[in-house]
Amino acid sequence: MIRPLLMVGLMIALPAAAMAADARRDTILADYAGQARKVDPAFTGFSAQRGESLFRAKWTGGDARTPSCTACHTDNPKTAGQNAKTGRPIEPVAVSVTPKRFTDMAEVEKQFGRDCKSVIGRECSPIEKGDYITFMAGQ
Amino acid sequence: MIMRIIFSLAAALLVATPALAGGNDWVPPVTDAVVQKECGACHMAFQPAFLPARSWDRMMNELDKHFDEDASLPADKAKIIRDYMTANAGDVVTKGRARKYMQWVNPGATPQRITANPDFERKHRFADKVWQDPKVVTKSNCPACHMGADRGLYDDD
Repeated sequence: MIRPLLMVGLMIALPAAAMAADARRDTILADYAGQARKVDPAFTGFSAQRGESLFRAKWTGGDARTPSCTACHTDNPKTAGQNAKTGRPIEPVAVSVTPKRFTDMAEVEKQFGRDCKSVIGRECSPIEKGDYITFMAGQ
Repeated sequence: MIMRIIFSLAAALLVATPALAGGNDWVPPVTDAVVQKECGACHMAFQPAFLPARSWDRMMNELDKHFDEDASLPADKAKIIRDYMTANAGDVVTKGRARKYMQWVNPGATPQRITANPDFERKHRFADKVWQDPKVVTKSNCPACHMGADRGLYDDD
């Protein structure tokens, strides 16, 4: 009696866990956490809430075509986006929909480097990067 | 082995198709994985045949201000892309539409915008509302209308 229930439970829980967890993403977050502690000794951890605020914030310092992350990624990270400058389709940023997101440090750094400059008009801090990834990992 | 034969046959068919169809609105497709990935990260990986080699050289020299974007790449990747784009440029492999495009390129010029070529303009005289379609965004978004654009096929107009 218990066994079928356990099986059903596992079948529901496992794919979700497998999609959300990725050791490579954990390593990237740990790297940013190390950088964050150097910048701010009071840093205690990343915040999905701050990541969401960053995702939705409107800026004026960057390219007028990309005043926010949502300009390309839409208001919903789980839906496909579109590059506001080139029209190219963009896979959803939400990790639950695109599990390979934030699993390659070189790619992550390249994309933050381009997008932070384009949206905010400056580089993102390690805390901002970690917050953003933490938000997307829960989406 | 069998996969390789199938792949070769498929590739041969793809290459032969535009010629069989009788159209000349095609260019050799991009076959390099780094070019596909890095150029294709932000926009369609445009085929090298649309610009002369000197234009690609200049573009790779100015990646940090690439159409108002910092598209800088690590030196190893940039070299692969530069080598591929210049080796397959329109004035090197004068195939398909490349011949027409190159006729319009001034020998002393190093154009950067494919969409500024008179041959492009001549074939794309559309009403504003076509360009303003939210799927289009910009004239360089070839695949918005040309379904075979990433395979170098532009004969579907």
